[in-house]
Amino acid sequence: MSGIRPVAIRADRLVRRFGELTAVDGVDLEIPRGEIYGFLGPNGAGKSTTVRVLCTLLSPSGGQAVVAGYDVATDPDRVRLRIGVALQEAALDPKQTGIELLRLQGRLYGLSRSEINQRLVELARLIDIGDALRRPIGTYSGGMKRRLDLAAALVHNPEVLFLDEPTTGLDPVSRARMWEEVRRLNRELEMTIFLTTQYLEEADELADRVGIINDGRLVAEGSPAELKRRVGEDVIVARLDGWAEPARSAVERLAGIHSVDTRGDEIVVTATDGAATIGAVAVALNGVAPVRHLTLRTPTLDDVFLELTGNHIQIDNHADAESERPERAEVA
Amino acid sequence: MTAVELSSLGVSDLSDARTIEARPANPVRDVLSIAGRALRAVPRELETVIPPIFIALFFFIINIGTLQRLTQSHAKGFDIKAFMLPTAILIGVTGVSRAGALVLDIQDGYFDRLLLTPVRRLAILVGHMLADVAIACMLTVPILILALLIGVHLEAGPAGVVAFVLIAALWSLAFAGFAYAIALKTGNPAAVNSSFLLFFPFLFMTSSYVPRGQLSGWLNTIAAWNPVTYVLEGQRSLVSHGWQWGQLGKAAVAIGLVAILSMSLCLAALRQRTRRG
Repeated sequence: MSGIRPVAIRADRLVRRFGELTAVDGVDLEIPRGEIYGFLGPNGAGKSTTVRVLCTLLSPSGGQAVVAGYDVATDPDRVRLRIGVALQEAALDPKQTGIELLRLQGRLYGLSRSEINQRLVELARLIDIGDALRRPIGTYSGGMKRRLDLAAALVHNPEVLFLDEPTTGLDPVSRARMWEEVRRLNRELEMTIFLTTQYLEEADELADRVGIINDGRLVAEGSPAELKRRVGEDVIVARLDGWAEPARSAVERLAGIHSVDTRGDEIVVTATDGAATIGAVAVALNGVAPVRHLTLRTPTLDDVFLELTGNHIQIDNHADAESERPERAEVA
Repeated sequence: MTAVELSSLGVSDLSDARTIEARPANPVRDVLSIAGRALRAVPRELETVIPPIFIALFFFIINIGTLQRLTQSHAKGFDIKAFMLPTAILIGVTGVSRAGALVLDIQDGYFDRLLLTPVRRLAILVGHMLADVAIACMLTVPILILALLIGVHLEAGPAGVVAFVLIAALWSLAFAGFAYAIALKTGNPAAVNSSFLLFFPFLFMTSSYVPRGQLSGWLNTIAAWNPVTYVLEGQRSLVSHGWQWGQLGKAAVAIGLVAILSMSLCLAALRQRTRRG
């Protein structure tokens, strides 16, 4: 794919250090124009730092990154003209109205008054928050702020859009709406979208390709289907009446087993043919501890992450409860 | 503006969007855009401008009420109202800045949003400061009106009023540099608010209440080194004597020296805040 389309984002052994801490440790990326690239990893993996380097807020400590044809270290101004960024926390001024914020964004990107008016028409339709654009942003719900933040990132028609955890803290309805907007941008404008997320289903739903980052290193990359195939054809998950670790050896010696992982009372078995193997697995497990629950399913990206890092992704949803509440009660 | 109202501007679908592309804005437009935003915020944050006006008017009235009879009986021909006007103005305009708003931008992440645009970093600061000059000019108006109503006459005439306001605004800007330096360095609203404390020694170790010649020896010495002394004397010269270029020149030098110091700190803090390394 990258051989046909020009490259929108390229990183070669990208490094970013903060003192002794290496937050991004030799990341290589090659993302063709028009692709939605999902950057998946747990909190603290280095996703946001990578984004901040690629969008010129931080300089690389080592390596090189080229975005929209320009080096982020030596030509940041040209990069800024060609990218849009929605950071993890919606970066909005609560005292401005939505329209004021978008107009100011347009002016700072050098757009004329008529161009700004045109973009307001398009963006008002895109983000679909109607008359709320006239209200102070402080009165918006979490979902509305995210959508306005997205609109602000799009005022100048960027070639590359960075979305840093765009749906963290959103309710399922707002999340689905944001997904649709991301798809639409990619479909209608062929915009390259670099999306960081800690939600596996988000990467699965949206991304053409997914990169998995852990401890600052890119540990895997490919389409969601390719990554899942690395795990095996099927996944058998059993919950035992007791500690699962002693059952590991009983399952590992069975034929057709790809890998075995345990966590507490849960044992996760990947197999080339789950339907043919599940009976033997059940029998083997029952010989160690009673099986309370047994399921057969296709692999998820969480299984991929578990396979690659030995850990499940821990999702931080601390913002969920507050996100849909406006900051202030009054409405203009 | 709703989507329906906006559509009257004549755009049909999202695919038209590609015809518009970003380009660097000119520096003046950058500064005016940032200043415009800062000024739009003022009516929504009256709490940032009402107290300075109130405090300035309060001290102006109280000081005159306290000292008028004393000066009438012991200093014939001394106009306490004219003398106190510059003091009140400096109390009003000193420490008034958008530095507090800048700190909130840093905390809200909006500052990062600005840094993600091609806006010149210096324009972010200069835009805020331009707004400060406008706000300082506006703050002097009610105090000047009160002064004129109670019989203060500016010897330098209408042009002197403009010069008087300009001196106040430039002093306000020079002093605001400290608040911006603290804002950019710390990103802490409490630290910015406390920057006003810097002004107390400036304002009270000078000739704010009596002419410099009447100050005690040690205080007179300090006042001679205090730039506020020369700002006050420059303004007083416009009120009481007309155009005294020597006094005005000293005021300009005093403001310039404070500005060089505060702006140096401010620019260093801006460089540090926007450094990407």
